[in-house]
Amino acid sequence: MSWVLELLKAIGLTVLLFTFLAVVTAMMGVYAERKIAGWIQARLGPKHVGPQGLLQTVADTVKLLQKEHITPRRADVLMFNAAPVVVAVAALLDWVVIPFGTLGSRVLVVRDINIGVLYFSAMASVTVLGILTAGWSSNNKYALLGGLRSASQLISYELPLALGILWAAMVAGTLSTVGIVEAQIQQGGWFLFTLPPPIGRLGAPFGILAAVTFLVAATAEVNRVPFDLPEAESELVAGYFVEYTGMRFALFQLGEYGEMFGMAALATIMFLGGWAEPHLAPYLWVAVALGAVVVAAVILLTARHSLVIRPVLSLAVLTAAVGLLMSVGGHLPSIVWFLLKLFTLVFFLMWVRWTYPRLRLDQLLNLSWKVLLPLGLLNLLATGLVLTLGGR
Amino acid sequence: MGELGAFIVLALVTLIPAVVVVTSHNIVRAAFSLVPSFLGVTGLYILLQAEFVAGIQVLIYVGAITVLLLFVIMLTEGGTGVRLRQVNEQVPLGAMAAVWLAFVIIVILTRTVWPVGAGSPPPYNATAIGNAFMTDYVLIFEATSLVLLVSLIGAIVTARGEE
Repeated sequence: MSWVLELLKAIGLTVLLFTFLAVVTAMMGVYAERKIAGWIQARLGPKHVGPQGLLQTVADTVKLLQKEHITPRRADVLMFNAAPVVVAVAALLDWVVIPFGTLGSRVLVVRDINIGVLYFSAMASVTVLGILTAGWSSNNKYALLGGLRSASQLISYELPLALGILWAAMVAGTLSTVGIVEAQIQQGGWFLFTLPPPIGRLGAPFGILAAVTFLVAATAEVNRVPFDLPEAESELVAGYFVEYTGMRFALFQLGEYGEMFGMAALATIMFLGGWAEPHLAPYLWVAVALGAVVVAAVILLTARHSLVIRPVLSLAVLTAAVGLLMSVGGHLPSIVWFLLKLFTLVFFLMWVRWTYPRLRLDQLLNLSWKVLLPLGLLNLLATGLVLTLGGR
Repeated sequence: MGELGAFIVLALVTLIPAVVVVTSHNIVRAAFSLVPSFLGVTGLYILLQAEFVAGIQVLIYVGAITVLLLFVIMLTEGGTGVRLRQVNEQVPLGAMAAVWLAFVIIVILTRTVWPVGAGSPPPYNATAIGNAFMTDYVLIFEATSLVLLVSLIGAIVTARGEE
């Protein structure tokens, strides 16, 4: 009866992963998004519920749970109700192949399958179905326009995204996410800056180009600003989820944040070495720590202790502590490194969101087909050529 | 036991939506019903230990082809909202033909002696498929991609019309 055990294990892991991720990604994601948005716009963001507004998202979730479910009269009821579930489940299924770190000799991953990154992009491509369903079944012109925009956008950007993933898979020589991280550990450097020997650091331009292509395409895949045409508030009110209320609306949010964190996690794995600890010379770590101390000192001495600058101060103190620890030969658990890199990328995505205006539809499609796609293809070809000449 | 159960579940997941596809009066619903059907086929691929093919199945059929179908339906004037009639007065005739065909297939399948040998199924992983494409089938592979490219350019030229 081993298959019963196998089934129970799968169900248990699913519950663990989904609840953990629902809490971490959606709640922390929304909270961080609002805090960072506030910070960039020189205001404070949520502040009153809990310490520093930490429980704001919990309060919002409770509020959303109590709200009435409204189904539009002329909507297709079955599909209207199924759409948010498809979006949320597809986004959370991405996480099955994401390794979080190591515990002893075990890798913390739900399943290390030999088609890891292929599985990831397949699950990411299912999201668009939920969005299209939502847009069509709402029987609302704004929702339908949002759904159609989303379909054309996601189909266009799937190609550069896949090219970015292919690049990492080609360099690592495997499709498994764990294998990609292990390849980076083995060569002693992130794919962002280093290609396998004998090319080494000279390969940095290829890695940076691939990472940029992937990140731009990933931002477009998760419908975030500057690629948020499917839900453009100022034109389409909210696009495909305009008719959704209460918890169904929250499920769309969960899907969006789950997928954004998933994309950031995959970028971490493919280009930033996943859970691997960065290896710098001790004097460089001292330099990092000193730099952070200088930043903190400058803030303390010059800024009028404004609340807005406080996050920078705490980040500088944190960096100084990590730098000091690493310079004396200390170690952090691998999961901490993974989360550190992940949240740096998530912060970057949020920073972009609150900085750039939205693209027009023609600009969006031009960027994908005329810039990212040729760039990704040429980069893939050039890297392959270099690797072959280097004797791989 | 587990394998048989999984096969039955997957077969139902594949077949029931397939019936909806050919009977639904709503063309959008019919198109959406393709999705669980494709996912069921993906499960069958996994059951056959062809994980790479399964991944490609989801990526291309669920993520791209269905979306393309829906896209076309929604952009076509009068494509949605029309009550579609998928059957006509020849239903009895068609049903008889289908039952007869099913009977013939079942008879053939049960009468055939399938050679059962020990061993593992051939590897359908990415390496094996890539090697096959780049060695034995390179000519077919390249010719197919050329045909696809030509049809792509042809579609664009046709769609652009006269300048």
